[in-house]
Amino acid sequence: MWSSALAFLAAGIGAGLVSIGAGIGIGRIAASAMDGTARQPEATGAIRTTMIIAAAMIEGVALFGAVICFILASK
Amino acid sequence: MALIEHTAAAVDSVADKGETIGGWIQHHLINGPEWHILPGVNIHLPHFPPLHFLGMRIDLSITNHVVMLWIAGLSLILLFKLSFKKNQMIPRGIGSLLEMLVIFIRDEIGIVNMGEKEGRRFTPLLVTFFFFILLSNLMGLIPLFSTPTSNINVTGALALVTLASTQYFGIREQGLIGYYKNLVPHGVPILLWPLMFVIEIMGILAKHVALTIRLFANMVAGHIVLFAFLGLIIIFKSYYVSPVSVGFGIFVYFLELLVAFIQAYIFTVLSALFIGMSVNPEH
Repeated sequence: MWSSALAFLAAGIGAGLVSIGAGIGIGRIAASAMDGTARQPEATGAIRTTMIIAAAMIEGVALFGAVICFILASK
Repeated sequence: MALIEHTAAAVDSVADKGETIGGWIQHHLINGPEWHILPGVNIHLPHFPPLHFLGMRIDLSITNHVVMLWIAGLSLILLFKLSFKKNQMIPRGIGSLLEMLVIFIRDEIGIVNMGEKEGRRFTPLLVTFFFFILLSNLMGLIPLFSTPTSNINVTGALALVTLASTQYFGIREQGLIGYYKNLVPHGVPILLWPLMFVIEIMGILAKHVALTIRLFANMVAGHIVLFAFLGLIIIFKSYYVSPVSVGFGIFVYFLELLVAFIQAYIFTVLSALFIGMSVNPEH
């Protein structure tokens, strides 16, 4: 019973930490993208594409952690 | 009020039979032997006894996700077959939309990442990746269909195709020994070389595993969030939660639509990057 309770607790805390990491990372990307667009509005297209690709990469890393949380929560 | 009591009674009667929210979510996401084709109609799919091969049990029975993969593959073949007419130089209708996407993949993804000659050579592979993954991701958003790419075996197989392509085409370009020697950058001191080699090999494997898990986790997470929002109505046992719940559900649905397109694009771009790096080694 204890191991099941601790697994659920770990899944919850883990999901929270993963979200913090993803939030900080993607927030910094968006900030840089806005700075770049403000400096050079004609580069908006290229900056937007790069921003979306980088955000998907970071989300991929965040979802590695989320997958571990799924595995824990289903024990 | 009678409405609240009725909802609570319905939820309690279902909970008595052993169904939980977790079980309901899992039942909708998991690969099973039943094909839920119409509301209330379940087709039981054939089950073949597992084959024993080199100590592994390989179970080739047809399941839900396998049927969805077949539907995606057949729709793709039909779509492209019907929009290509040999006697017309300029396609019309759906053909022009598909031509726009194919040219986008050839120019922006293939040629930018792999160079002029290799980009044209690998365009069929990249177009197949993009459209197959896009169609499979979008199938999860249609009611009564489920997402084949929410199964780690499917995404693992796609990443395995990329891995096999990098190794095969890299070895074909540079020779068996030359390919593995070129993994380590030039100018590394010889004492450090074995360590760098191990790191590069682990890097290749880790990049392809990341490709698998990124697509799988994005698809599964989107569906779980959507089902969790709808399950809030059951957990709270009241109808008053439903406007909030359905509202958030619609928002997550559109987010999932965006994520389906983005993940197909990311998989294609990364495959092009990996194959390009193995075929044209940078010095």
